[in-house]
Amino acid sequence: MSSSWPLYEVFVRGKRGLNHVHVGSLHAADERMALTNARDLYTRRNEGVSIWVVRSDAITASTPDEKDPFFSPSGDKVYRHPTFYAIPDDVPHI
Amino acid sequence: MSGTDSAESATRLSAHFDATIAHDQRIEPRDWMPDGYRATLVRQIAQHAHSEIIGMQPEGEWITKAPSLRRKAILFAKVQDEAGHGLYLYSAAETLGIDRDELTERLLQGRQKYSSIFNYPTLSFADVGVIGWFVDGAAICNQVPLCRSSYGPYARAMVRVCKEESFHQRQGFELLLTMMRGTEAQRAQVQDAVDRWWWPSLMMFGPPDDDSPNSAQSMAWKIKRHSNDELRRRFVDMTVPQAEFLGVTLPDPELRWNEERGTHDFGTPDYAELMRVIKGDGPCNAQRMERRTKAHEDGAWVREAAAAHAAKQQALRETTKEGTAA
Repeated sequence: MSSSWPLYEVFVRGKRGLNHVHVGSLHAADERMALTNARDLYTRRNEGVSIWVVRSDAITASTPDEKDPFFSPSGDKVYRHPTFYAIPDDVPHI
Repeated sequence: MSGTDSAESATRLSAHFDATIAHDQRIEPRDWMPDGYRATLVRQIAQHAHSEIIGMQPEGEWITKAPSLRRKAILFAKVQDEAGHGLYLYSAAETLGIDRDELTERLLQGRQKYSSIFNYPTLSFADVGVIGWFVDGAAICNQVPLCRSSYGPYARAMVRVCKEESFHQRQGFELLLTMMRGTEAQRAQVQDAVDRWWWPSLMMFGPPDDDSPNSAQSMAWKIKRHSNDELRRRFVDMTVPQAEFLGVTLPDPELRWNEERGTHDFGTPDYAELMRVIKGDGPCNAQRMERRTKAHEDGAWVREAAAAHAAKQQALRETTKEGTAA
């Protein structure tokens, strides 16, 4: 009884001006059904103004323990942060 | 990788998992986790999801019999929410690498359970109100702490569920308030429903702590945050003043406020009954499973037709694309 309906990930924009945020997943026969099912499942109380659905198997993700090597390039670049730069206290508006 | 290396790596992964739990951080789907943690979550989340789906039945029966369009619309929305809660939870379970269809199959084969409470019948419309008040109230006691469960997708699903559960409890209490303002016969109906649902509702929290084999490990993993008895006590404390407001009597002669402990003393639910109902011998087990199985079988042609339609559309699109390319 293996499912012939693929899995879709659902992203909802809560209101204008916000990003779409991942809210969960669902099974549907095709994209259109995924969209209407997502509306019925994740926005029954006006939780969204826009929905994206994407097949779960189309997502490429970084590997689990996100602490490690993959993110290390940003770990040692303190000069990317504003606090790295010492500016005298009496310089205005900076 | 040599044996020593892989053993070392397993120790490191395990230490990292323990540290994440200890720091109250969430475990996410692709993180390493102990097999027992994964299995416990699958069991608990699936059981929870099945409960939501089976839970549509006792109240669903009253949608057509509810006394007004307003009550029908409310009940319809509530039963639809239960379906939604089931789907949020199946979605969370799937992040652990198990397929939704497999979970449905396990339920239909009786290999996975659902909450004992849904095996009791809804005899009058007052039962709909009492279910909202007691059963959804108990569910809130259980579920609010689960919003901080250590497994991210489960905790996030519970946040959604809890937001909606408050409507369920309030509509039930409002229904009962309305009936209590009605005739003597209506008040008697409410009291009768209270008498029948009180003890089964207390059983919803599970066996007592000294007889709950999985609890300690689940709490150590922070899947569960409070013990069964602690949650049961909270529910009683929460419900007693509501019963007073409503003007009904909770059917427990041992129920009284304990000034010293700052909580209520109350009687012991019949845990033998709980075990019987869980094992399949409750008043409605057979009926609930029969209906769930029938719904699943009756829906088979819809699932197949939708899949066939999707495949056809896909093929059409590909033909058109090839045509354009040529």
